[in-house]
Amino acid sequence: MNLRRDVFQAIADPTRRAILLLVASQAMTAGAIAANFETARPTVSKHLQILTECDLLEQEQYGREIYYRLNPEKMKEIASFIEPFRKMWDDRFNQLETIMKQIQSKKSE
Amino acid sequence: MELKTKVNAAEGKMDLTITREFDLPLELLFRAYTEPEIIEQIMSNPYSTAKLLKFEGRNHGSYQQESTDAQGKVVFRANGAIHEFSPNRKISRTFEMENTPFGIQLEIYEFEALTDSTSKLNMHVIYESVDQRDQVLKLPFAQGLNMAHNRIQEIAGKLK
Repeated sequence: MNLRRDVFQAIADPTRRAILLLVASQAMTAGAIAANFETARPTVSKHLQILTECDLLEQEQYGREIYYRLNPEKMKEIASFIEPFRKMWDDRFNQLETIMKQIQSKKSE
Repeated sequence: MELKTKVNAAEGKMDLTITREFDLPLELLFRAYTEPEIIEQIMSNPYSTAKLLKFEGRNHGSYQQESTDAQGKVVFRANGAIHEFSPNRKISRTFEMENTPFGIQLEIYEFEALTDSTSKLNMHVIYESVDQRDQVLKLPFAQGLNMAHNRIQEIAGKLK
């Protein structure tokens, strides 16, 4: 598969985020997804292609129809990507709180 | 469980917010940003010791800080200009990591009292571009991977 796109670039677009929300509840065909948007069908197809290329969506064939569904593993990757940054600040703030509490209790002694 | 520290970084934006509630009165929280000895203590960790080379906690002030490892090697140096310094209320400053490609970031710290014994910090950080913000966001992620990698090498080395 051609992985030329960055996941974060993929979710930077509001329409693509809306598509991810749509298929989060159930797998849908391209036609059913497109019916939810004012945008032209080929534009939606392009969005679906990008989301599929970066593994956020998976395609599944049922008879003659292709269904798109969310790839939860890839979504987890996005959620965890910010987590080390948050953790770094959380650690820093925890240290601040501990040190200031020591100062506070020393003062009241 | 509700997270004490929250990071909000919307996709495609060049800024982010960090919020944290502290089990500290407002005055004590603000002191953590005003007294050089306390700042150094907070910025230090088991692997590096922080030192303020310069610190002017006032309007139109500036600062420079560095961290050294156990061998005394400088591992990190940053500086910036302090734009506004309003006690117990607000600090706005620039922040730049020296000798890195991450550019300058504008940081706005807002302090507020929640109760007599609790307080809240709202940080708004604005970067030079979306790309630069994402680079900085990915930094701890990459470091985490590096650390995990080093740890694996360390363990693997012992197995030899």
